[in-house]
Amino acid sequence: MKALSVSKAVTALVLAGLVLLPLYSQLSGNIFILTLFTRIVILALAAASLNLIMGYGGMMSFGHAAYLGIGGYAVGILAQEGVGSGFIQFPVALAASALYALVIGALSLRTRGVYFIMITLAFAQMAYYVASGLARYGGDDGLTVYKRSDFFGLIDLSSRVQFYYLCLACLFGVVFLIWRIVNSRFGLVVQGLRSNEQRMQAIGFPAKRYQLVCFVISGTMCGLAGALLANNTDFVSPAVMYWTRSGDLMVMVILGGMGALFGPVMGAVVYLLLEEFLSQITEYWALIMGPLLLLIVLFGRGGIMGLLGRADRG
Amino acid sequence: MAEPLLRVEKLVRRFGGITATDHVSLDVSAGELHAIIGPNGAGKTTLISQLTGHLSPHAGSVSLGGRDITYLPAYRRCALGLARSFQITSLLLDFTAADNVALAAQAHAGTSFRFFADARKERGLRDAAHAALDRVGLSHRADVVVSRLSHGERRELELAVALASKPKILLLDEPMAGLGATESQRMVKLLQDLRKEVSIVLVEHDMPAVFALADRISVLVYGRVIASGDPAAIRGNDEVKRAYLGDQHVVTRHD
Repeated sequence: MKALSVSKAVTALVLAGLVLLPLYSQLSGNIFILTLFTRIVILALAAASLNLIMGYGGMMSFGHAAYLGIGGYAVGILAQEGVGSGFIQFPVALAASALYALVIGALSLRTRGVYFIMITLAFAQMAYYVASGLARYGGDDGLTVYKRSDFFGLIDLSSRVQFYYLCLACLFGVVFLIWRIVNSRFGLVVQGLRSNEQRMQAIGFPAKRYQLVCFVISGTMCGLAGALLANNTDFVSPAVMYWTRSGDLMVMVILGGMGALFGPVMGAVVYLLLEEFLSQITEYWALIMGPLLLLIVLFGRGGIMGLLGRADRG
Repeated sequence: MAEPLLRVEKLVRRFGGITATDHVSLDVSAGELHAIIGPNGAGKTTLISQLTGHLSPHAGSVSLGGRDITYLPAYRRCALGLARSFQITSLLLDFTAADNVALAAQAHAGTSFRFFADARKERGLRDAAHAALDRVGLSHRADVVVSRLSHGERRELELAVALASKPKILLLDEPMAGLGATESQRMVKLLQDLRKEVSIVLVEHDMPAVFALADRISVLVYGRVIASGDPAAIRGNDEVKRAYLGDQHVVTRHD
């Protein structure tokens, strides 16, 4: 093994860039870039959580955006009802996401393959329509969050820089947890089940309960992203749960490299930056984005991290 | 009389109109190597799958150490000391050989709901894995990803995985399948060693191997046990000769 590989160097560079970004934003006076990157960091967190079940667990969930909505609505609804403390809002967001994941997972994991993809999609669309029907909380139009979560002055979420660092800390925390999990006993079982479920049953592992726990962990992490996202946009609407958003998350994971620890972070950064810049050049940015993604998926198996890994091997 | 370790009574399994397992009864005592032979399509793998819990029988019972396990799921049977190898190699292809075996050890060493500590650094599991790999002569290939192992090595790894769960009884579904002559010889030697430690049910096509290894042989034809006895008795049994061992006409006529 080389001391410094291309993939590690590039990953380190991107992470350093994320850490130093507020500094650049301050020096250059470019506030927009900080707003953009706050969103990127939050969606990278969501993608990282999806990577846990999709990349490591082999569970192709096509309804992951539901947690963004559940986490977001937990914050929005509590704020609307006068509960502004983040110490209540965030735990409720996580618990609601975990509960949703537990129920959906228990039902969805009875199926495999395409059926699993379709059933997770169907449940997320149900969540979308339920949110659209919440007349008291804005229905279709969504819900404005007038005041960001309050952490008793420990951290001020209305400060762009502090909020950015909170999101970044959450992202790093979640990636660290995922790193521990995938190398733990539990993580090896989940990855074994992805590789060969029959074999894992034969050596004594009941598949479903491990997959369900993994599904719940992943959903809870994504609920955190949802709570942050509602604070970032000061707004939550059913649109955040729409199936195209679940698709975006899947693309980020695949683009970055499934089952690579920092893959989703790379995927989110590249995908959202491309979206941002291409949409400035042309209204038909999706026409360029689509083929570009196709090329990376077709020729860069393992996504960006796969390509970098190949560069390492020369 | 001591209770046999594994007892199969009047097991029946149908697929549509075909009775793949037709009232099969057999016993395996502790320390015994019981071979099951029979022509292709005799229902050997169907029988094994019902013993391991991958397939449910329509009637009859299977008991392990006096305990009825007929409808227990595969993972529970494994916990009770029943391990299997697959006819078509079934391993975790993107894991190393050591990881494959260590996971089997892990399944029998406390809870796997541990989320934080690095499982690959657990001494107990790694030692168990290396011991099992050593047993089958694969310790020098421990850190190789399974997809890069040869077919023969994968067959040996199958055995190491089964051993790592410290089974009371091993169900081996054609461990010699696809092996070359020297590899087969190594496998026979290995099984000769193993049988001193664990009871074995062996399904195998390689007749010299079966007759060299088995204490008892049951002959399965069209889902039924037509004969059961020690190798000498089976060799001398006319019905077996006709159905299986020599007389091709009888076999092909039914095809």
